[in-house]
Amino acid sequence: MAVLTMAKALNTGLAAAMADDPMVLLMGEDIGQLGGVFRVTDGLQATYGDDRVIDTPLAESGIIGTAVGLAMRGYAPVAEIQFDGFIFPAFDQITTQVARLHLRSSGALTMRMVIRVPNGGGIGAVEHHSESPEAYFAHTPGLRIVTPSTPADAFMMIRQAIAHPDPIMFFEPKRRYWDKGEVNVGAPLAPLPDLFRARVVKRGHDATLLCWGPMVRTCLDAAQADTERDLEVIDARSLAPLDLPTILESVGRTGRLVVVHEAPVVGGVGAEIAAEVSTACFYQLEAPVLRVGGFSTLYPPSRIEDIYLPDLDRILEAVDRAMAY
Amino acid sequence: MAIDGGPNLIQLLTPEGLLSEHPDHGLTLTDQQWRDRYTDLVMVRRLDTEATALQRHGELGLWAPCQGQEAAQVGAARAMRPTDRIFPTYREHGMAYVRGVDPATLLGLFRGTTLGGWDPAEHGFSLYTVVIGDQTLHAVGYAMGIQRDGTDDAVLVCFGDGASSQGDVAEAFVYAAVADAPVVFFCQNNQWAISEPLERQTRIPLFKRAAGYGFPGLRVDGNDVLAVEAVVTWALERARRGEGPTLVEAFTYRMGAHTTSDDPSRYRTTAEGEAWKLKDPIERVRAHISRSGVADPTFLAEVDARADALGEHMRAACRAMPDPSPTSMFDHLYATDHPVVDHDRAWLTAYLAGFSDSGRGH
Repeated sequence: MAVLTMAKALNTGLAAAMADDPMVLLMGEDIGQLGGVFRVTDGLQATYGDDRVIDTPLAESGIIGTAVGLAMRGYAPVAEIQFDGFIFPAFDQITTQVARLHLRSSGALTMRMVIRVPNGGGIGAVEHHSESPEAYFAHTPGLRIVTPSTPADAFMMIRQAIAHPDPIMFFEPKRRYWDKGEVNVGAPLAPLPDLFRARVVKRGHDATLLCWGPMVRTCLDAAQADTERDLEVIDARSLAPLDLPTILESVGRTGRLVVVHEAPVVGGVGAEIAAEVSTACFYQLEAPVLRVGGFSTLYPPSRIEDIYLPDLDRILEAVDRAMAY
Repeated sequence: MAIDGGPNLIQLLTPEGLLSEHPDHGLTLTDQQWRDRYTDLVMVRRLDTEATALQRHGELGLWAPCQGQEAAQVGAARAMRPTDRIFPTYREHGMAYVRGVDPATLLGLFRGTTLGGWDPAEHGFSLYTVVIGDQTLHAVGYAMGIQRDGTDDAVLVCFGDGASSQGDVAEAFVYAAVADAPVVFFCQNNQWAISEPLERQTRIPLFKRAAGYGFPGLRVDGNDVLAVEAVVTWALERARRGEGPTLVEAFTYRMGAHTTSDDPSRYRTTAEGEAWKLKDPIERVRAHISRSGVADPTFLAEVDARADALGEHMRAACRAMPDPSPTSMFDHLYATDHPVVDHDRAWLTAYLAGFSDSGRGH
């Protein structure tokens, strides 16, 4: 066991994947000599060379479009989009090419590719550096979306994602890059289907808090701060597909669900979860599914981002409402 | 009205069917190669007119004709090795033919029986790409893969004068240039992006854009199969030697509509079409091989008979093409199991079973 930050855990996982498979390539802006703006790829170009750790021109559509071509040639590109808000120039390539080519080729082409996206707010950044764009991609058939919340998960999930034959969007909660945790760096690769399993972070029986990425720590803090209610916390980990069996089992026991995410509530992944849970747990629910998330406005200037982001009080206020039914 | 390719136009076979010299580019074809190129051109035109007719008969939802661009497509594709890779738009029926894709297979996308149709690796010919310009980046990425594999294969990617305005094409130029990627950017400038003339896309000749990215750009007579093959061969050899990308602008003309849904009479004159007819890519080859004795009337008649047979094959294959099964829409969305897809497939199967007398098999 080693104690690593999430950034270092990702770095270690990337290195392990590159050592395991010579077809794995990293590509992105400033990921080589600099090691990435968050240092997630620190030292990898020195180890694996600039043929395998590629500093790309500053053009996001170009990163993903050339990754498509490399995948067609049998490579497994791991593309970094430097910040969440910079992914939209690549939106066309991701949704109209990456997501579609396996089906269009009747399975002849495999789009084995990971698109890494540092995402979310809470770091005092300027605009376009704090977005949570997961719902745009969750709506697109052909993509898979996962997001770790701990160093241990980051280490294993990036390896599973790289080994997986489908294209995977990998959202990294940038405000948690510096959180530390124990990582078993000698662990063998976990089974790939486990990548899409939710994780019960804390057992409880009064209500379920469902969250992912940066909100897992926040929800766990909220659950631990709540001395009156016994709250269950689930880290969804996979947003597409959702691990509905784990989620439904939990809500079946607690009868109450609060979904927490940083992205705007309207049209968010929480809405999809609410619809599924309302359908499957109609007779077990003691209260409507409630959502806590970003407001229907632009991500605000950073001096007031703490008002925008869900925090302990807003999460527990929603639990209060759920318990009042 | 753009008809004249200007002083930079590389031409080796005049519209009258006379061979001409160029100081930098040349290619000598054997008699058999001349007959083969002529056969290709005739077959591709028949393929195209047959598909257009099938659309008019309601057998296809749409067709994007390539009439007028046969020489550009045949010349470029004949310059390539089997292990090279072509990235087409959705109009490269001539290249598909040369690469051995059954013309009947091409119809599936336009009939609505498939979203793809062939295995790119089998033919060295990628799937058609409808969103304009996207494939230029795929081609560069694929070429970057070739570099890492250490082979001397090369890539040719097609796009049009309209696509030259796309950001992805500009990015592809940048990525290819800085990587010295073994790729030929093959722009078929057919003068029209649906209704928009070239003047809506550019203030300079398209081939001159390459200079700004740091690689050579050439303009070739796209209706001259010999010149296209010569120039593309030259560009591919540069790529194989590690000298990087080339932009080849094939100056040609879309003799037909943008697609069968288009009405060119709303935006261009018949005089323009008549002027381009005099530069027809097939007539000049027929004139050359007839005059030089490479082909006799018997050969020409045999080619016409082969074209008739191709047309018959396409008609029969098209009409026999079965609709895909309803649940096939879920096949190959993912490479591994996916619970939502499994759910939707099972639901649709059960739902359709409730209509067991509908006759819609699955």
